[in-house]
Amino acid sequence: MTQSADATPETGASLPQFPMRRTCPFSEPREYAEMRANDPVSRAALKVNGKPAWLVTRHEHVRQVLGDSRVSSNLKLPGYPHQFHIPEEMLAQVRLMMLNMDAPEHTAQRRMLIPEFTARRIKEMRPRIQEIVDERVDAMLAAGGPVDLVTALALPVPSLVICELLGVPYEDHAQFEQWSAAMMNHDLSPAEYGAAVQALDMYLDKLVTLKEDEPGDDLISRFLEKNRTEQVADHVDVVTMARLMLVGGHETTANMIALGVLALLQHPEQMAALQADPGLLPGAIEELLRVFSISDSGTARVALEDIEVGGVTIRAGEGILALNNAADHDESVFPEPGRLDIHRKEARSHLAFGYGVHQCIGANLARVELETVYGTLLRRIPGLRLAAGQDELRFKDDAMVYGVYELPVTW
Amino acid sequence: MRVTTEQDRCVGSGQCAMLSPEVFDQDDAGLVVVLQQEPGEDLRAGVLQAVDLCPSRSLHVEG
Repeated sequence: MTQSADATPETGASLPQFPMRRTCPFSEPREYAEMRANDPVSRAALKVNGKPAWLVTRHEHVRQVLGDSRVSSNLKLPGYPHQFHIPEEMLAQVRLMMLNMDAPEHTAQRRMLIPEFTARRIKEMRPRIQEIVDERVDAMLAAGGPVDLVTALALPVPSLVICELLGVPYEDHAQFEQWSAAMMNHDLSPAEYGAAVQALDMYLDKLVTLKEDEPGDDLISRFLEKNRTEQVADHVDVVTMARLMLVGGHETTANMIALGVLALLQHPEQMAALQADPGLLPGAIEELLRVFSISDSGTARVALEDIEVGGVTIRAGEGILALNNAADHDESVFPEPGRLDIHRKEARSHLAFGYGVHQCIGANLARVELETVYGTLLRRIPGLRLAAGQDELRFKDDAMVYGVYELPVTW
Repeated sequence: MRVTTEQDRCVGSGQCAMLSPEVFDQDDAGLVVVLQQEPGEDLRAGVLQAVDLCPSRSLHVEG
């Protein structure tokens, strides 16, 4: 049967509301399983403005949508499913990030960055990442437990790594971590959100200007240098790209580090298996990425033409949320999806980094950071344990990227 | 088994070079290059996984 938005009159009140909350940190929102089974391409109302959008919940369909060049990531298009409120006048002024660009602009900018993230380049970064992790673990051990793993390790590691890669002075980290966290928070008013973006952009504007005059050995400088001949971006584009990389490099990996440690502490037999055989670590990381799938926010799209997904016609101009967290719990791909199993063979098929032309460019860097952090903790602090009950932990239920605010641990 | 790629579609995710390094690599621009066009059967599982996980569907295998 083919249905469309026009076929059934709908009001915001009659539709399920999106986003939906996780009831357990290790699970997807409960509604996802029901949708996958009964209504895999279905309508919901966006909580932020009551507008309808399509939710896509099966692995196969999420890949199809994200791989389709007839869908756009452009958040300025009418119908784009926004997840937080941006006033019209602010939206008109927004400079699109790569995440929200389509071909050919997206292709041109992404191609400038690809050489920075090749498998070979990431391999070359490993020793420095290990040094950063060791320094933080030394500091933790020197301080003695209990410590908050988020502030002691989970946030500083990706922060130091992305700052070094971009050429952003780490001594300014307290400031931009605050702006970055603010941008991820659904509860902020548009004015507060806008202020955080503006503050970070002013900071990065100065930094980019500095690098235009005095290039260093860093990603932003190399981008600027290449751009002199390629001319794919203007000054504001470079600032916007730097913001995307800085914020993207912070929140996601930091939250995955903390959640992954929590998951391993809650599954001591799997933690013991990893301690006995660190060769299992890469597979375990894919499974942790799958189980948590920490963001459903990066895969919002709008159809440019009528497209058919799972027998449903999505009309041109309608918003689509391709839910990677739902795809990563699709039982047809991942049997018993709610179970964490570090030995799971098919774990790497997860879509936690998205899929298609916008798939996270930092995915392989994130994998190495996670592997280094988990591997080092398992080796150097084998007696690591939670210093609080799980019911005392506060999870980021309302944020763009899921995580835990604090993770008290001791040993 | 014969492996072909479409470099103009490639988005440089590097999954193939990580999953099947005997068959795929990335050039200086970070785009896919094929090291062995007709890899041996022992490499089939890795190649098929790389093809399946390629986010831009730039890899193809025949036979």
